[in-house]
Amino acid sequence: MGMTSPSRRVMKLASNGVLLLVTVAFALPLIWLVLASVDTRATLSIKLPETFSLQNFTDVMTPETAFIPLLNSLFLAGGCAVITVTVAVLAAYPLSRYKMRVNKPFLYGVLFGTCLPITAMMVPVYALFVAFNLIDSLPGTTLFLAATSLPIAIYMTKNFMDSVPVSLEEAAWMDGASMLTTLTRIVIPLMRPGLAVVFIFVFIGAWGNFFVPFVLLLSPDKLPAAVSIFSFFGQYGTVAYGQLAAFSLLYSLPVITLYVFVSRVLGGSSAMAGAIKG
Amino acid sequence: MSAPTLARPDERPGRGTSPRPGRARAATHRSLVRSIPLLPAVVLLAIFLLGPVISSFYGSFTNASLSGASAQDSAFVGFDNYAALFADPDFPKSVMLTLVFLVASAIVGQNVLGLGLALLMRSSNRLVRSLVGTFVVTAWVLPEIVASFAAYAFFNDTGTLNNLLAAVGIDGPNWLYALPMLSVILANIWRGTAFSMLVYSAALQDVPQEITESAEVDGARGWQRLVFITIPMIRRSISTNLMLTTLQTLSVFTLIFVMTGGGPGTDSSTLPVLAYQEAFQFGQLGFGTAIATIMLLVGAAFSVAYIRALKPEVD
Repeated sequence: MGMTSPSRRVMKLASNGVLLLVTVAFALPLIWLVLASVDTRATLSIKLPETFSLQNFTDVMTPETAFIPLLNSLFLAGGCAVITVTVAVLAAYPLSRYKMRVNKPFLYGVLFGTCLPITAMMVPVYALFVAFNLIDSLPGTTLFLAATSLPIAIYMTKNFMDSVPVSLEEAAWMDGASMLTTLTRIVIPLMRPGLAVVFIFVFIGAWGNFFVPFVLLLSPDKLPAAVSIFSFFGQYGTVAYGQLAAFSLLYSLPVITLYVFVSRVLGGSSAMAGAIKG
Repeated sequence: MSAPTLARPDERPGRGTSPRPGRARAATHRSLVRSIPLLPAVVLLAIFLLGPVISSFYGSFTNASLSGASAQDSAFVGFDNYAALFADPDFPKSVMLTLVFLVASAIVGQNVLGLGLALLMRSSNRLVRSLVGTFVVTAWVLPEIVASFAAYAFFNDTGTLNNLLAAVGIDGPNWLYALPMLSVILANIWRGTAFSMLVYSAALQDVPQEITESAEVDGARGWQRLVFITIPMIRRSISTNLMLTTLQTLSVFTLIFVMTGGGPGTDSSTLPVLAYQEAFQFGQLGFGTAIATIMLLVGAAFSVAYIRALKPEVD
């Protein structure tokens, strides 16, 4: 590494140049979002606001526009993450600790489920929800979101659980502790960071999902922010780009915060992308 | 379950002769008790994933619709939906559009750009590296509806791109109408490259520095080291990533729906958008379900290939 030949310096300069160009190209749409949100006369193009103003934010921060949809998002994503992690921990325990005949087919099924294109399923899912009278039901939609995130959650949880040493449980078993006791008293506390990664991963996915609630929910007071932003765009989109951008930023903030938390504090960004590393 | 014996393989195949009947029954009983925690997962997956898949296959053979007479009691119509599907010029067109979208935005765009970024980041400044990482990953972490609006604004006739082109004296086209496929392909590359970049960055860290260095000493040029050493060493990551990005891109709906709505006409209706339009805008549930079933089959084929590649890890 110490040798700095001329060709290497040219190489470094070229790399930096190309990367900076790519950075600018990737940043432009994002910069528009930020600039438009503080500009009361925003257009669809990047431009510096004549006056910096938080008017757009105060305009959208009303119960009907932002708070109710954000609460609905919280219910959907939070409920989905709680259900998914609970069910995934239960399922991962026997898969990780016992050697059973069902393990292999189950894990293959789970892997297969990870790959299912959920978008492709929405038409039959709609028909199914009509048949069960679950259309426009927040709990029903939450359960569906939980089921779709379950395969990857089981896979990740099992991998995290595999790295918890089994020796502590052996001692507990010797003392006559039941499976549930060992799970809640020993295994779960030891894999808290891993579970946080799974929880946040599922939460981010459900929070950002647009298509599922768009198809399965109808009443305006039940719509999560993803769908209400879309309807807001349909109603006022042509005039109020600034408000649209402000609402979008409010809605994106929790997800970005959680991602930064996972990658910086828990060091789990590699676990997210690398869960599938070949 | 409080049995002090450990979770050691009590039924490893091909180990000794069959145990005494009493022990066998006890072992089966233990297995059953031990698999109880799997139940909630099995129930959820069966109802909400397996159920729709099965009803998708069945529904594609009926004339179900959202309104009208056949909304109440649908009848079995055999392969009528599929026959109608292949007779409808929109379907083959949509298959072609989906293929173009997959190849251009996932297989070529995201993978080549992602690998390129990962390689370049190894020989660049720390500051540049974190800048590129931040913006590329932000486009990926943003909720899909927000990313779609940002892309819509960027490619709009009065958007950022045309304003920039005007600044250098080029009269840009109305991207979303004149070049809808190019717009959504570029937008999807923008949206999804981070995933490939992260996967390849991780893979490149596992390539031992000594090997590329000794090749350099032997006089291998930069591109030779890349083609003959680096790429073969990360080929597993490449094949996995190709499959995953293809599957993800096959499911892209929101981005296209927000940017072009599948239009103008059906000029950017990939299969997910067409299935939505047929089922929910034209009320042809059976028709939409047939498209969904075909997409599920394509997705299943990719999944099987992916699982085969991962097989050693599960066993």
